[in-house]
Amino acid sequence: MSSAPAPVSVLKVDALTKRFGGLSAVKELSMDVKAGALYGLIGPNGAGKTTIFNLLTGVYSPTEGTIVFKGTSVAGLKPYEITKLGVARTFQNIRLFADMTVLENVMTAHHIRSRQFLIDAVIGTGRHQREERETRDKAMELLKIFDLDSVAGELATSLPYGNQRRLEIARALATEPSLLLLDEPAAGMNPQEAVDLMNLIKWLRDEFSLTILLVEHNMKVVMGICERIQVIDYGKSIALGTPDEIQKDPAVIEAYLGGA
Amino acid sequence: MSLTRKVIYIAIGLVILLGLNQVFEHGLGDFQINGYYARIVNLIGIAITLAVSLNLINGLAGQFSLGHAGFMAVGGYSATYVTVFHGQQIAGLIGSSLGEVAGSALVMPISLVVGAIAAAAAGLVVGVPSLRLKGDYLAIVTLGFGEIIRVIILNIPAVGGATGFTNTTPITNFFWIFSMAILTIIIVANIRSSTFGRALSAIREDEIAAEAMGINTTRYKVMAFVISAALAGVAGGLSGQLFANPLNPQNLNFVKSIEVIVMIVLGGIGSITGAVFGAATITILPEALRDVDRQFPGMRMVIYSLLLILLMIFRPQGLLGRKEFSLDWFRRKKAAPAPPAAGGDTDV
Repeated sequence: MSSAPAPVSVLKVDALTKRFGGLSAVKELSMDVKAGALYGLIGPNGAGKTTIFNLLTGVYSPTEGTIVFKGTSVAGLKPYEITKLGVARTFQNIRLFADMTVLENVMTAHHIRSRQFLIDAVIGTGRHQREERETRDKAMELLKIFDLDSVAGELATSLPYGNQRRLEIARALATEPSLLLLDEPAAGMNPQEAVDLMNLIKWLRDEFSLTILLVEHNMKVVMGICERIQVIDYGKSIALGTPDEIQKDPAVIEAYLGGA
Repeated sequence: MSLTRKVIYIAIGLVILLGLNQVFEHGLGDFQINGYYARIVNLIGIAITLAVSLNLINGLAGQFSLGHAGFMAVGGYSATYVTVFHGQQIAGLIGSSLGEVAGSALVMPISLVVGAIAAAAAGLVVGVPSLRLKGDYLAIVTLGFGEIIRVIILNIPAVGGATGFTNTTPITNFFWIFSMAILTIIIVANIRSSTFGRALSAIREDEIAAEAMGINTTRYKVMAFVISAALAGVAGGLSGQLFANPLNPQNLNFVKSIEVIVMIVLGGIGSITGAVFGAATITILPEALRDVDRQFPGMRMVIYSLLLILLMIFRPQGLLGRKEFSLDWFRRKKAAPAPPAAGGDTDV
């Protein structure tokens, strides 16, 4: 245990297990993510990282175990309920709203914070107009951060791959989360783009006081920005520590390079 | 738009509609509108209400429903029931009768509201279980529900059963048909350009991502389905009390649902102006081809089908695609495209 005063846990996972038929994709997993942390989740292909994300965001419900987000148990809740509590995510295989513009993608994600009723929209009340303006302004601000404001009117799928990934992050931020889950944010980016993304993620964490949990295969990114890293193999946690500790851990080396 | 301006626009719109209604019913001086054409115009108005309302669930939310005729039937029969069995009483409340202008002006909106509520309730009952399904499965289930509704009505003697609801008083007129068509367009356009419309589009594009962005997909699908059903019920209430077109279960089977689908597919699924255009085309086309039929019997449906096949081959996204028709098309392009205006009704 570190000697510094421990910050509060934002996400606490205990004995989390997910079985698909006879296959245990996640086994007895425990995690403790502190507020403001940049927490990395790594592991070989098929280790169960994305399954963990799907469990945390309610896409799957756990077979056993607990997930507590800021004191509320979220195991078994629906994805939209978890998002409402302040958990947002991006997807490994980009899932933008294809036939909508860049701006609309981000504005859509702000829907969850809307306080108007359907009737406001139907008869166009002042509340509707005010909210619509605010949503648009907020979305444009987010797009500016990601340098996407100049393409706000383009279709989301017309963007280059790297920008689509960044747009996914912008869209996730529009839900006003306190915990952001990034599933391979640097996938498909060239080294320079990856470095820019690292800086951006760090900056976002401080600017929006976020806690960030990320799955990533690009070791340069993971080792460069994560403060704590947990290594998963075959659905089990095999190591947990700082980047330096992880790099030296024999179990990790074995998982990645194979045992003798 | 400020409240006063809205009120002024509504007042101007109503005056224009009432004026046109007067011309339709009684002509203008020596000028009389041919009854046949007047009937087609009225049918176009009802078709617009149907097509634009179906576009909300099929085009915007992307949930393929084949049960629109069923909701039209529920609304139509409920509305007509109110008029036939309680119309005189309601009109009597203001000392009028159903045949008089004042009486029908009171009974008509009441019957339409009843029709809308009944259809919305049917939409809720059908929507909650069936909207868990996707794609083809949803289409089949809604088709089945539509037929169930029709068969139930077929077996209620009070509303005419298989003979149809024939002892009705025709109180639908141009004014009611087109104010409802315009109301439907306004409702659907306003929903679409709002945060609710974006939520529905998100469901259409990617349900998993929509859920992850905090959208309760089931709730919004049901909401769109219920509104769509309610508006179909209004269209039913209008057509049920239009003399030229009395209610008959045989006219409200799945062929009618498919006809409405053809309207929105033709115009461009998701486009409101496209749906209006499709509704007009599909209503006019069979009539316009009647002359052909006189010379070559049976050719009418052949040409009609051929036109649809050609359209699907050469323009599968419909005539307008997802775009909206707007006067800007005729203006020269400005140097820089303006950002989409708040509450604007154009797809960018």
